[in-house]
Amino acid sequence: MLDKNGIAKRIAQEVQDGYYVNLGIGIPTLVANFVRDDISVEFQSENGVLGMGPFPFEGEEDADIINAGKQTITTLPGASFFDSATSFSMIRGKHVDLTILGAMEVADNGDIANWKIPGKMVKGMGGAMDLVASAENIIVAMMHTNRAGHSKLLKKCSLPLTGVGCVKKIVTNLAVLEVTNEGFKLLERAPGVSVEEIKNATEGNLLIEGNVPEMLI
Amino acid sequence: MIKKVVSNVSEALEGVQDGMTFMLGGFGLCGIPENAITELVRLGIKDITCISNNAGVDDFGLGLLLQKHQIKKMISSYVGENDEFERQMLSGELEVELTPQGTLAEKCRAAQAGFPAFYTPAGFGTEVAEGKETREFDGKMYVLEPAFKADYSFVKAWKGDEAGNLIFKGTARNFNPCMCGAAAITVAEVEELVPAGTLNPNKIHIPGIFVQRIFQGEKYEKRIEQRTVRERMD
Repeated sequence: MLDKNGIAKRIAQEVQDGYYVNLGIGIPTLVANFVRDDISVEFQSENGVLGMGPFPFEGEEDADIINAGKQTITTLPGASFFDSATSFSMIRGKHVDLTILGAMEVADNGDIANWKIPGKMVKGMGGAMDLVASAENIIVAMMHTNRAGHSKLLKKCSLPLTGVGCVKKIVTNLAVLEVTNEGFKLLERAPGVSVEEIKNATEGNLLIEGNVPEMLI
Repeated sequence: MIKKVVSNVSEALEGVQDGMTFMLGGFGLCGIPENAITELVRLGIKDITCISNNAGVDDFGLGLLLQKHQIKKMISSYVGENDEFERQMLSGELEVELTPQGTLAEKCRAAQAGFPAFYTPAGFGTEVAEGKETREFDGKMYVLEPAFKADYSFVKAWKGDEAGNLIFKGTARNFNPCMCGAAAITVAEVEELVPAGTLNPNKIHIPGIFVQRIFQGEKYEKRIEQRTVRERMD
C-alpha cells in the first residue's frame, strides 16, 4: 500500500519531457518532488505563473509571488507571469499537457466530484471546473477509500459534480486504474496489495484482465 | 493628457453608493486593493455586491467588509479561508454565487472587451450550469455565461503613471488586468505613481484608456496567507 508520497511518486512517472503541468492542492503538489531531473517540465499555477520553482529560503519570501494554494514560491529561469484570463486560456485552450488533481469521488464513467459537500463544506470550486472540463489528460490522485472506509471509486458520484466524463486515469494508495467505456480498468497494484483487496475497496465497475502487475516505484 | 490622478483614496472612491456592484482584484490576499477596501469600510456603504476571486480572511481584505455586514452578495470562485464568511453564508445573511475561476476571469474580460456573453465548457453537467443555455460545438457541450456588469472596478498595480498606464508585479497581477475597464469606472491604486513618460511603453501591461482614476496607495501590508519556506542546505 502506498502513502501520499508514494502516490505522488507513481504519478511522477506519467510526466513526460516537454510537458506543461498543472498541479492541484494536496497530493498533486507533491508530484513536483519526484519528477525525474533529466527531463524538462514546466509547472503552471492558475493564479498566474508558469515555471514555478521550489519554496523560497527563509527571508526570501515575496508576498507578490505565490501559487494557487497561496503559498510563497520561487520561479525558475524561463518563468513568466500573466493575468487570470490568460491563465485560463492556457487551460481551456488545451495548452497545458497534464492536469493532476485530487477528488472526493470518481465514477466509473469518468465523472468527478471534488468541490462541495452540501451543508458541510462549501468553499467553492476554484479553478477545478475549468481544468476538468478542458484538459485532455487528467490524472486523479487520491486515497482509494474515505476516512469512513467507503470506496471513492463509485458507480455514480453522490456529491455535486465538478465535471462529467473527464477523468482518464486514477492513482490511489492501492492501484492505478484507467477509465474505460466499461468502467475502471485495473492496470497496476500497489506493492503488497492483492487484486481481491482492490476489488473490495472499489464500488464502481472494475475490469480485471489477466495478471495485474505490481507497480514499479 | 487626460487628468486621471486623484490626490487620495477618498477622491478616488467619489460616487460609490449603497447597493452598487464592485469588482475587486486579487487572488487570496495577493494583489488586493488594500486602500480601496479600507476606504469602503470607512464609508460604511451597505448592500454591496462584490465580484472577487476570494473573500479575504477574517481580519484582512474583504473580510473587513464582511465583519461590518456591508456585503449583500459575493461572486467568487473560492471562499475557504474565512470563518465569518461561512457563518454569514450558512445563516443566509450573505448571498453567494460560486463561479469557476476561469469563467470568473472571462466574465470580467468579456465586460472589458465588449462581449455580452461567451460559451465555456467549464461547469457543463454540474449545478453551475443549471438554468443556463447550453450548446454543442464540434461534439462538445458548452455553457453560455454572460459578461459581468459593475459600477466600479478597484484594482491594485505595482507601478502606474499619470496617464493611467499600469504595470503589475509577480502573481499580484491575477484578476487585476481583467477588471480594468470592465466596470463603469476603474480606480487603480499603485505602489508607485510616476510622471507620464517615465514608464517604457513596451512594458505597459494595461494601457491607461482602461483606467479612469489613479492614485498612489499608502501603507501596503501585503499579508502572506501561507508563508512556506525550504531549509537551507549548508
